Amino acid sequence: MASIDICSKQELTTILERFKPQRDNLLPILNEINKKFGYISPVAMMEIAEYLDIPVAEIHGVISFYHFLSTEKKGKYIIRLCKTISCEMAGKEKIARMLEKELGIKFGETTSDGMFSLEYTNCIGMCDHGPAMLVNEKVYAKLTPEKVIEIVDELKKRGQL
Amino acid sequence: MKQIKKKILFGEYVSGVGLKKALSKKPDEVVEEVKKSGLRGRGGAGFPTGLKWEFALKEKGDEKYVICNADEGEPGTFKDRKLLMEQPEKVIEGLTIAGYAIGAKQGYIYLRGEYIYILPTLEKTIEQLKKENLLGKNILDSGFDFDIEIRLGAGAYVCGEEFALIESMNGYRGEPRNKPPFPTQKGFRDKPTVVNNVETLCFIPYILSKGAEWFKSFGTEGSTGTKLFSISGDIEHPGVYELELGVTLNEVLELVGARNPKAVQVGGASGICVAKKDFDKPISFQGLPPGGSIIVFGENRDMLKVLKNFLEFFVEESCGQCTPCREGNYRLLEGVEMLEKGECSVRYVRELLTLCDVMKTSSKCGLGQTSPNCFLSILENFKDEIIYR
Ligand code: SF4
Ligand code: FES
Repeated sequence: MASIDICSKQELTTILERFKPQRDNLLPILNEINKKFGYISPVAMMEIAEYLDIPVAEIHGVISFYHFLSTEKKGKYIIRLCKTISCEMAGKEKIARMLEKELGIKFGETTSDGMFSLEYTNCIGMCDHGPAMLVNEKVYAKLTPEKVIEIVDELKKRGQL
Repeated sequence: MKQIKKKILFGEYVSGVGLKKALSKKPDEVVEEVKKSGLRGRGGAGFPTGLKWEFALKEKGDEKYVICNADEGEPGTFKDRKLLMEQPEKVIEGLTIAGYAIGAKQGYIYLRGEYIYILPTLEKTIEQLKKENLLGKNILDSGFDFDIEIRLGAGAYVCGEEFALIESMNGYRGEPRNKPPFPTQKGFRDKPTVVNNVETLCFIPYILSKGAEWFKSFGTEGSTGTKLFSISGDIEHPGVYELELGVTLNEVLELVGARNPKAVQVGGASGICVAKKDFDKPISFQGLPPGGSIIVFGENRDMLKVLKNFLEFFVEESCGQCTPCREGNYRLLEGVEMLEKGECSVRYVRELLTLCDVMKTSSKCGLGQTSPNCFLSILENFKDEIIYR
């Protein structure tokens, strides 16, 4: 465990040093770290606090404000299905059930192999092509149950590489 | 059908013409032209753009900022996605002109985290425009320097509100704050800051190159210009449409091939739900809310389910700072769940309607002030369906 912390500490420092130690760089820093590690660990929070000279509690407060920032480790692929009205009307429910079946988890959970997290999100601006979802930084639209199977298979294959 | 699909943003455009024209004028002349055009913010609130610029221009100090609000999060809205993907150079040109007009050397694009896949397109465009000397140092040999940085959001609807957006950029929780001071006085890094919507900025190059008078020939007197509408729901042709302000809802519905519409949500979740009797009303700053999101509900849709979806949205997205909004939205949702189960008395519905008034008048920001609208308008228009089910 300790060794993991040491190596991630170096990576943390590399990320931090890309930014000037200014308060208005907090969100960009949090975004970078969240992307790199899949979450923002207590160690990371302490490092940021020191670098920007802000109390850790405040950093925690900022993280908890944003849906996409997390203090817990998430899956390698975070699937976020839109549950807002236009996607709802376009058949989101079927997609949701299919995702749960294919991944073997419920919404809000992460697979035991750490590969997938399944979440709902609010409108992602694809309402003309619903149902839609995000997988990490990519958007998938006009989903059908068949497409879901394909996408999940593809991600599983990619994840094993 | 009369010609309602007039084009500005989806019409002809040559990169740099508007900017060149702007740089040949003095900053206050640029502001004057935008004021004369009558352009009002396209993000929803509809504040006159020229006036906002004037406030910032008049502030002293040489450190000022312009920010493009690309935090499009209103349910049913996707027009900014299209502009950012397909016309990024227009957005950037508008932002550059805004910078010149108020005296800012640095601009930002605050891009919602959900749109991170658009980031490469924006970065590439910025590089390209720098090569063409339309951005960066000494733009078009005018002596004006201007650079743009992109900041990513991280999933928070309320950050689309300009005060919240600035708090977020400053490194705090994206919570709306009390005004004054306004961002034009004390914004990013506590400096005078103008925040403009993506679509608003896209109109700027046109207003400069073709003039305020030309722009005013579109739309109505109090609502000049065209507007992009994001249209989805029970229709044949979902997508983004450019229409003149003042267009009636009926005309829109015909154009998009609405299937037996019984209700239309105009202006997104924070807008209002309109029933058939009002389909002949115009969409403008004086009429139905011109936020740009239009969601069509066909004959068979259960309006209580629709209302529930909107309220779940607000419960999740309320920043929780003030009680009327945090508690109020929760109570409304609870009420809807009671209605669903047939356990809600008419007396209690009346109490909830009073609660809506409290929320509208005492919430701190637009979210809490507008979130009761869906409850009020759906209840009013579909009483039978909802209360007597
Ligand atoms: S109205 Fe709602 S979103 Fe706005 S400040 Fe209050 S709690 Fe936050
Ligand atoms: S409602 Fe799902 S993307 Fe807008």
